[in-house]
Amino acid sequence: MTEAALTPSERSAIVRDSLAVGVATGAYGVGFGAVSVASGLSVAQTCVLSLLMFTGASQFALAGVVAAGGAPLSGAATALLLGTRNTLYGLRMGPLLRWRGWRRAAAAHVLIDESTAMSVNRETTEAARLGFLTTGVSVFVLWNLATAIGAVAGEAVGDPRTYGLDAAVGAAFLALLWPRLKDRRNVLVAGLAAVVALSMVPLAAPGVPVLAAGGVALLVGVLARRQDPTEIPGPDDVAGGHR
Amino acid sequence: MWTAVLLAGVGCYLLKLAGLSLPERVLSHATVERVADLIPVALLAALVAVQVGSSGTALTLDARALGLGFAVVALLLRLPFLVVVVGAAAVAALARLV
Repeated sequence: MTEAALTPSERSAIVRDSLAVGVATGAYGVGFGAVSVASGLSVAQTCVLSLLMFTGASQFALAGVVAAGGAPLSGAATALLLGTRNTLYGLRMGPLLRWRGWRRAAAAHVLIDESTAMSVNRETTEAARLGFLTTGVSVFVLWNLATAIGAVAGEAVGDPRTYGLDAAVGAAFLALLWPRLKDRRNVLVAGLAAVVALSMVPLAAPGVPVLAAGGVALLVGVLARRQDPTEIPGPDDVAGGHR
Repeated sequence: MWTAVLLAGVGCYLLKLAGLSLPERVLSHATVERVADLIPVALLAALVAVQVGSSGTALTLDARALGLGFAVVALLLRLPFLVVVVGAAAVAALARLV
């Protein structure tokens, strides 16, 4: 890792790209806010999720399970399982960001798909930190602001079905899944998981089918031989990133 | 509900912190890495299926499927996230009007 300082133009390019991702992702928070209150969470619970959990897929998952009539705790379990993704990102980002103590504890809060994508390919710690913080903090601020707006507006508009918000959640999950479907094994696992989940819908309490589909990952992961590289999102894979 | 919100919120933070704090060689165990990699794929796919194809404990096919169809096309065309999600909502809402 070289220690050459960033030039002002490199610096502003990183900041510009990171802010674009921050704005695009933050805007998406309106959708979470609206969906969450439509799912039966209060405005306060919705805002606390964005402040405290702050990882979009897990937040949507918790709201989605609750909306389907699942127990809040199976929603929480699904959210936690999806949150293990951030642990993988952290394992990869730790040696690159090289923060210790309270800085590491603070940085962990904004360790998400987007901040990882905008910093994992940087060549120096300084550049990685700049991309990570600019993306992470801008997404955090805008995502929370947008969540509050969406939650309040969502409460005012009434039945979310009128606006197709229930369809938006499926589309949001698909958009998150999409970059991972470049790999053939992932396509197989996704297909199997969808079939397992749907076939369990009439048999199990809401929320359980999704957790059961997680078993497909366990089974295929244990049985498979071929090694595959850890999947870390790149700039192409996040909202507002280069496509 | 509050218990679930707080528990999952704190848990998700600890998962992030664990990632930044543990040594990278945790990943060197091939099976652990594969399973960890496949979990989000399986869960997201299951969430798409259940979100679009069920109501409570019944399998259903309705306007949401049209919305998802739009999302697939939009993703194939590499349209921005916001267009994918808002477009899917709009398609489903329109389908319900007619």
